[in-house]
Amino acid sequence: MSLAETASRRLLMKGNEAICLGAIAAGCRFYYGYPITPQNDIPEYMSAHLPPIGGTFLQAESEVATINFILGTAASGKRVMTSSSGPGISLMQEGLSYMAGSELPAVIVNISRSGPGLGGIAPSQGDYLQAVKCGGHGGYKMPVLAPHSVQEMYSLTMLAFDLADKYRTPAMILGDAIVGQMKEPFEAVPYVPTVPLDKPWALTGCAGRHRQNVKSLYLKDNAIEVHNWKLHRKYLQMQAEEVRFEEYHLEGAKIAIVAFGTAARVSKTAIQWARKEGIAAGMLRPVTVFPFPAAQVDAVAKRGDVVLVIEMNTGQMLEDVRVSTTCHDKIRFLGKPCAMPTPEEIHREIRKLAGRAE
Amino acid sequence: MKTETRERFTKQAFARPKSLVDVKTHFCPGCHHGIAHRIVAEAIDLYGLREKTIGVACVGCSVFLYDYIDVDVAEAPHGRAPAVATGVKRAQPDKFVFTYQGDGDLAAIGTSEVVHAANRGENITVIFVNNTTYGMTGGQMAPTTMLGQKTSTSPYGRDFRKDGYPIKMAELLATLEGTAYSARVATSTPAQIRKAKEAVRKAFDMQLKEMGFSIVEFLSTCPTNWGMKPVDAQKRVSGEMSEYFPLGVYKERKQADFL
Repeated sequence: MSLAETASRRLLMKGNEAICLGAIAAGCRFYYGYPITPQNDIPEYMSAHLPPIGGTFLQAESEVATINFILGTAASGKRVMTSSSGPGISLMQEGLSYMAGSELPAVIVNISRSGPGLGGIAPSQGDYLQAVKCGGHGGYKMPVLAPHSVQEMYSLTMLAFDLADKYRTPAMILGDAIVGQMKEPFEAVPYVPTVPLDKPWALTGCAGRHRQNVKSLYLKDNAIEVHNWKLHRKYLQMQAEEVRFEEYHLEGAKIAIVAFGTAARVSKTAIQWARKEGIAAGMLRPVTVFPFPAAQVDAVAKRGDVVLVIEMNTGQMLEDVRVSTTCHDKIRFLGKPCAMPTPEEIHREIRKLAGRAE
Repeated sequence: MKTETRERFTKQAFARPKSLVDVKTHFCPGCHHGIAHRIVAEAIDLYGLREKTIGVACVGCSVFLYDYIDVDVAEAPHGRAPAVATGVKRAQPDKFVFTYQGDGDLAAIGTSEVVHAANRGENITVIFVNNTTYGMTGGQMAPTTMLGQKTSTSPYGRDFRKDGYPIKMAELLATLEGTAYSARVATSTPAQIRKAKEAVRKAFDMQLKEMGFSIVEFLSTCPTNWGMKPVDAQKRVSGEMSEYFPLGVYKERKQADFL
């Protein structure tokens, strides 16, 4: 499917496939990966659709190799993407740390599965901490976008490429098996770049210029200290400029849900039911989980009676909510590791918190 | 007559390759990295590749490639240089791409990456510097450490019953269909250096002709960590190292459409 064909068309596709369309629309012509459930639609789609448009698909021998293919192509100044799930993302952490240190842009998709170790293939949000707190060594951060619809799988992938280039950093799409596997209509809007696309730092051979390096090793004097402060300033800038969130029925909300991705999607149904019953429930949905909408969380916590954090894990974003506000006594948690909470379960919890009868 | 004589004596017979940066070496006395760098730089000059080359440096003493070779260089995580080079070459197939790796890097932590790069017939060149030890970290046992060799983590000498045998990468990689060229050279004598130059030229030529993966293994010294004087270190390369790791060409593809 060419760029022109994808422009402003209403399509019915899986979330995983929408990621591919978003990437291709954003000019990504290089994809490398290694099979793992539940994201195989992505490499399968890319293996079929990249070569006809002059792109490159390459299946690696491991996720360790994958992320280093990515590093090499990113160092060449090209837009490049990979996707994987928990265990594979763990293997990529070394490369992600090097890319953060070397300031290399790329998009990494995590269609996360459940539990530590081999875990299960059920949908989960168990990789939140790994994604937003620095999964590898050295204390870096990267933008992490959490789509809750097929539309966002498409549009946030395009945004991820722009953020990666703007900050010269890896950027992550943090999804799960549900948002990856579900099909729904979405608008494949054309890509409009929000950042300059030229990369004068890329390694292209030193024709007409001095040789340059892509590196993360700094041994001389205090160069590594200077470098770390430089990276830190980028993370501060992301927190100042890139926080994205959705406010859902927050007007007058006494019960404010904070949830991302699939958990937020399900919460919307429960909020609609609650509103029909006259319960003032709403939701603040982080779209970027790094940078985290801390000020917004604090504001809804101060305005409402209860902040209900809902996650498909045992409480990971909960930590970020706690550090975002001093209203700790208002925070409640509904967790469902390795499964999707149903609208009924969330609705029941809202009613309980609103003091309604069972 | 007088003029002619002066010309004869001022004719330039030996010059720094254009691609070799004019800096003082930081490597230890008797180390062979400087010779390997020079041979690589000469080959880059020979084929006029300086402005279209991307080097990939690995972890260890080899990482300082970018201080010495005047080309664009990316730094790879430990052992991953062939994977990084794959990403560079796939993105820029018209560029010349080589890795420069030590034996701990290539033959231990990076075994998977180099084997699969070779097996894919990745059109890159690997310069593999084997000094039978981890130099930068203080002389620990490497997969290439000789039987009986004492290192900081094999203080009683390497014992095959515990640590297995020194791994022969040039031979191993020569068995893979994707490998176009595999050779082992040394740089302890002028004669060896001439052969090493020839091998590196062939390996570069393989990539330029899109024949597939090429590797040149250099038997090298590490006098500091071997606890030897430089002269004795040269003798060890020509002696017990060359006996166990025989010099020679293990594979040379004649045509690109093999199989």
